[in-house]
Amino acid sequence: MWKNTFFLFFILSACAEELCKPDASNGYKVRLSLKTALGDDAYTWNKNEMFLFQSTLAFAMRTSHTGQSYEISNIVVCNETDRVSFWFVVTSPGNPTELVENYIVEEAIRKSRHRINSAFLLTDKTLEFVGILPTLATPVSYDTPPWLIVFGVLMGIIVAGIIVLLASSIVKRKRKTRRTDEEEADEETRVKTMDNGVYNMSFSVEDKLTQM
Amino acid sequence: MRLVLPNPGLDLRIPNHEDLDRIEKEEAGGRQKWDNKAQYILTCVGFCIGLGNVWRFPYLCQSHGGGAFLIPYLILLVLEGMPLLLLEFAMGQRLRKGSVGVWRSINPYLTGIGIASMLVSFLVALYYNTLIAWILWYLFNSFQSPLPWAQCPLNDNGTGFIPECEQSSTVDYFFYRVTLNTTASIEDSGGIHWPIVVCLLAAWTVVAICCIRGISSTGKAVYVTAILPYVVLGIFLVRGLTLKGSWTGIKFLFTPDVNELIEPTTWLDAGAQVFYAFGLAWGGLISFSSYNPVHNNCVQDAVILSVVTALTSVYAAVVTYTIIGFRATEKYENCISGNIMTLINAFDLPENNVTTSNYEAMLGHLNNTYPDVIPRLDIRTCDMHKLLSEGVEGTGLAFIVFTEAITNMPGSPIWSVLFFLMLFCLGLSTLFGNIEGVVVPLKDLKVFPKNWPHEALTGITCVVAFIICLLFAQRSGFYWVTVFDSFAGSVPLLTVGLFEMIAVVYIYGVDRLNADIKFMVGYKPSIFWQVMWRVVSPLIVFIILVFYLVTQAQSQLRYLVWDPNSEEFPSLVSSLYPTWINAVIFLLAGVPSIATPVYALCRLVYVRLMTSYVIIINSSAVKAQITV
Repeated sequence: MWKNTFFLFFILSACAEELCKPDASNGYKVRLSLKTALGDDAYTWNKNEMFLFQSTLAFAMRTSHTGQSYEISNIVVCNETDRVSFWFVVTSPGNPTELVENYIVEEAIRKSRHRINSAFLLTDKTLEFVGILPTLATPVSYDTPPWLIVFGVLMGIIVAGIIVLLASSIVKRKRKTRRTDEEEADEETRVKTMDNGVYNMSFSVEDKLTQM
Repeated sequence: MRLVLPNPGLDLRIPNHEDLDRIEKEEAGGRQKWDNKAQYILTCVGFCIGLGNVWRFPYLCQSHGGGAFLIPYLILLVLEGMPLLLLEFAMGQRLRKGSVGVWRSINPYLTGIGIASMLVSFLVALYYNTLIAWILWYLFNSFQSPLPWAQCPLNDNGTGFIPECEQSSTVDYFFYRVTLNTTASIEDSGGIHWPIVVCLLAAWTVVAICCIRGISSTGKAVYVTAILPYVVLGIFLVRGLTLKGSWTGIKFLFTPDVNELIEPTTWLDAGAQVFYAFGLAWGGLISFSSYNPVHNNCVQDAVILSVVTALTSVYAAVVTYTIIGFRATEKYENCISGNIMTLINAFDLPENNVTTSNYEAMLGHLNNTYPDVIPRLDIRTCDMHKLLSEGVEGTGLAFIVFTEAITNMPGSPIWSVLFFLMLFCLGLSTLFGNIEGVVVPLKDLKVFPKNWPHEALTGITCVVAFIICLLFAQRSGFYWVTVFDSFAGSVPLLTVGLFEMIAVVYIYGVDRLNADIKFMVGYKPSIFWQVMWRVVSPLIVFIILVFYLVTQAQSQLRYLVWDPNSEEFPSLVSSLYPTWINAVIFLLAGVPSIATPVYALCRLVYVRLMTSYVIIINSSAVKAQITV
């Protein structure tokens, strides 16, 4: 009996290995760039990290493909390289010899991409799923464009400045004409009050106002 | 050699020395004057130091032999720039009038020189203020983080960026598409792009408010617009020198290539740059110096201004090239990193196997081991020299190269605001001189009624200019600006400068000029100035003009176009101008150049007609008297 179970297990793992191979139809290549992302704080990639990857992916499959309870054994990994890159396929929980379609896997990864990245302290660029394009972050946009605000402030200051300058020059000109009018009026009265070169002191200026 | 053409009636038209002293004492004439000497010097410095010092001189310096270019530049500055500068200062200060008034006083037939100056100033002001409008747009957009030219917009289904942005770069896309919405040729007008209209409005209102009272308002504004660029350049110098790759840029700028000195184009470009950099023949300098006190030392001013301009050009070039060096180094390192990533992805090598130091060796090794794999990979060639020389002239420098460099600096919005504020001040202070060179001649030509205040004249000029500037607010506006830049500010200035020198030296008379300067300053100008004015400077300007005309006539008129549908995209495509551009070029370059002789001719014909008319009237009146 032990021999049989051992034999079955051997067959199963062999099948699983056959399911996962480079350029598998329903498989994806994963590439991690640990040193680029983390520099000196980069951790080394070992079996434990691989275990985390398999469990994270199983979590992603469970979240996306509701109803199916994926286990770590459903995530089959092969062809690990020193780059750190490897291929993986996902087997169906009901039937371990059957692969899950790639669009289901892709959707699962897309949905939980951020969680998968965070588990490894990586980003979309440094944890690559070859063939699955990350949805790009929308560029920052504002309700009122900031440039309109700055423009409004500037124009407000300038228009106020123009009005002030024009008003002050108009006031200055009015004051100048009023002063020249007064000077002319003073000269007139001075001329009038002169009689044969002698000022007539009894003639007062206020009489000018009562003139008709 | 006392070659002076006969000029009757000169003494009747100009105030003599005693009159000048008397006018000075009485402060009659109601003419404005500078509050202090510093205002005058700052205004002239602001006028001379413009956008060309930031984006034309560094390019010329680097492309014509680096440090060696300073030799022709400084020589021609002394031989061509300074004498013309002193000439304009002296004439303005002596005759106390704007450009039209000065030439009309010397001889009424020469009024055409003033008219030509006015036309050139106006045409240049139009496209210059459009550049300032673009600068304002970038300035307004700098008050956000991240900067809008740091990111590409997404395409419709959100999986990638817009292809035009993807293929070129974020800064190219922001300039050509978001800012200008450029069409693919100058013939395709494409309608008005309203953000530019808004910025043009802002630009012209700023100019209007600063120039509204003539030099009493511009004199206050220049305290900011002339000094701020120096401060900002200093800040950028410190920032630039601390960036990685800045020394590469400076070395690239100043590496001398002595062979370039033998090329005639080097000397021609240096001469042309000196001419345009000093703002000669625009009429603004004559106007500014006419507000000076009579005994102001204009000789000293000319020398000071020349020295300041030369030093500022070198200073700005150093700052520019630290930033260019930084950007080129960033791009080069990104290019190498990209290639390294491609290699390790293709061969599944561990990450630290290929680094920047052993990149070349590893590439060679892999090429030998797998000769058929490497060519199929997307390995880009990373050429530092090419990166240092791309896009470093004109609008490309400010709006593409610098904006890209700024996005890579920490704290980008601050640097962006500072940079565009500096460009704005540089352009604005040059525009003050332009507007002065347009409004004062209009006043002298009595185009408007005499009792209209200066404010009204400035206002009308700005409104008319704004309306004409809507030509540049079209989607093809970028190409129109290039046309104006190439033709409105080149040949006409050279011809006007030549006529100015001939007029002063051979019609007004150098002896008279010497006596004037002796009266104003206290000593006669030395033999250096005599030789320059009489022979050397007019000759140099004449040679530059002839060479320029010859090269223009020989080459086909082509321009660079932003065409997303072309094969060479994202490089700009060189296309032919349409045939109607010749009419435009004649209007821009031809009309101001021939304004001087045409006016003289018209006046001659008019005077002949009037005198013969008067003779006929007189003779018929005499006949009538005799018969009676």
